[in-house]
Amino acid sequence: MSTSQTTPAADTPAPAADPRLLVRQGGVAGYADEFRRKIRSGELGALPVVLGLILIAIIFQSVTGHFLQADNLTNITKWIAGYGLISVGVVFVLLLGEIDLSLGSVAGACAAVTSVLAVRQGLNEWLAILLALLTAGAMGALHGFFFARIGVPAFVVTLAGMLAWSGLQDYVLGKLGTVNNINDGVVAHLDNYFLGDGDILFAWLLAVLAVAGYGAAQVLTARRRTAAGLPARAVGEIALRTGALAVVALVSAWTLNQDSGLPLPLVVLVGVVALTDFVLRRTSYGRQIFAVGGGIEAARRAGINVARVRISVFMISAMLAGLGGLFIASQQGSADKLLGSGNVLMSAIAAAVIGGTSLFGGRGSTWSALLGMLVIQSITTGLDMVHAAQAIQYMITGAVLLGAVVLDSVSRRTQKSAGRG
Amino acid sequence: MTGAPVLALRAVSKRFGAVQALTDVDLDVHAGEVVALVGDNGAGKSTLVKTIAGVHPIDEGTITWEGRPVRIGRPQDAQALGIATVYQDLALCDNLDVVANLFLGRELRRRGTLDEVAMERRAKELLDTLSIRIPSVRIPIAALSGGQRQVVAIARALVGDPRIVILDEPTAALGVEQTAQVLDLVERLRQRGLGVILISHNMADVRAVADTVAVLRLGRNNGAFPVAGTTSEEIISAITGATDNAVTRRQARIAEEAK
Repeated sequence: MSTSQTTPAADTPAPAADPRLLVRQGGVAGYADEFRRKIRSGELGALPVVLGLILIAIIFQSVTGHFLQADNLTNITKWIAGYGLISVGVVFVLLLGEIDLSLGSVAGACAAVTSVLAVRQGLNEWLAILLALLTAGAMGALHGFFFARIGVPAFVVTLAGMLAWSGLQDYVLGKLGTVNNINDGVVAHLDNYFLGDGDILFAWLLAVLAVAGYGAAQVLTARRRTAAGLPARAVGEIALRTGALAVVALVSAWTLNQDSGLPLPLVVLVGVVALTDFVLRRTSYGRQIFAVGGGIEAARRAGINVARVRISVFMISAMLAGLGGLFIASQQGSADKLLGSGNVLMSAIAAAVIGGTSLFGGRGSTWSALLGMLVIQSITTGLDMVHAAQAIQYMITGAVLLGAVVLDSVSRRTQKSAGRG
Repeated sequence: MTGAPVLALRAVSKRFGAVQALTDVDLDVHAGEVVALVGDNGAGKSTLVKTIAGVHPIDEGTITWEGRPVRIGRPQDAQALGIATVYQDLALCDNLDVVANLFLGRELRRRGTLDEVAMERRAKELLDTLSIRIPSVRIPIAALSGGQRQVVAIARALVGDPRIVILDEPTAALGVEQTAQVLDLVERLRQRGLGVILISHNMADVRAVADTVAVLRLGRNNGAFPVAGTTSEEIISAITGATDNAVTRRQARIAEEAK
């Protein structure tokens, strides 16, 4: 045929000879090459936020001298739980390329419903929590319905939700406006319980199990890939990654054990983040969320029920926000009218974006909620320690957020323009 | 082509309100045959393809699949028969990598979770048998060029092992080399024994890869030609539909002057 003469190269099979092919060369140089390519094409991942965290830790440790002490770090991990869980919900909605402005109000309303049911109505506290979380899920379903089925922009639906649910919160709490947590109740323990009442065994056990599980999963995957004739991670790389995780996990465990042991809020937050990350990356449902965030038409053509994915994502994020509201209530000792208002929602969104989840949809991970919230809380705590005014804290956090969004926009642009060939 | 056609349309008609989009259209597609579907704008090419793909069910006429009459009422019906369609706007997810796009909506699973290893292996096998070259199966679609996206979209249509592939103007937005790559791919589809329906405006592309040219004009058949032994002028006059039109008048005038 006349066309085959124009591209003789395509007819001669010469594996890996095409210079445009991305095949990682062995050795350190290969990794350096791949790293440079990822930077160029805007696939930064969690790198900026991890570097930022290290920088923050170094700065505040050198200024205050006790930023890295065990009790301070324990407090930080406890403080990020409530906001962090809301932020995980934010990540889900951001992955769709949408925004949910109601999550702060949903958190407040969920905490209010729980405390009123448990304290004023005398319901079993577990049952009250369950009912409140279902209420939050129903709120999310309502947002999702108006967005996905009726076609109202998510921004407006959830703005209405923000007003309505904070009204509901007020209404449920009634005239007094504050309901204290039950002493030694479930909600009260969310914040101040340490696993095994501070038994150092738990932190060590969890750290070792996490590292062993990660390493085993990596080795098994590499074996399967090699058996299938696919490029797999080298033994050295697996060892390096597992080693890095081991250092982080064991140092964390050691530090926490210096103080009071493994705090429940941290376990819940990390557990929720790991679980949601698994769902997003390893299940068909998660793949559908990314697909809808990347291209609605493509998702629809692939037979994905776009409306169902959207509604379910709004439900998940609302329930996570509700759970976060319970942790905030636990921390402040009561559910009140102000819970979830103010900068709660903005912090949660900022954390997700600082952690590397894209505002434009389809790119991100729930780990960004954890990392981003760590950044925000570290800055807040550090500035508190040097007695900086709240005004300064807001300005610095704002600057960090702007930096993260700029990074997101630039990496999105370079990714678009990195089209090859 | 010998043997019975895989897909045969007989006297297919389709109306949209007062508009008669298709009238008594016949079309045959054999295994291992590339049928170019040509026609002017509004001739009914897209409508015909959409009736085959199940987007618009036909009003009258019959569709025969491997010798037995079938009804294609929904896109899923067409897919279940083995008809895959690659639309002009590709419909790939920019943020997902090549493997994820190839298997989107029909992921391979292992113990309830995605089986990335099996999917990547099958993706590589598929791309290798089609001699498709892309930098890596693990980079996002956003990082691919237009031609690479087109071949990924075509490969995606092949994941379900179809018998017939419909390509809607696959070379419309491509450069010279990328067009050649896509045409190469069309030939490989034929070698694999698939029937291909190729919609194109580009007569050079049609002549390069097609075995048969089916011409539509104003929603009716206006001839089906074997590409070998038919000139572009004959096809064009069938497309424009008249022996007396701007093109033929000009040719006649030039012939006159040459004498």
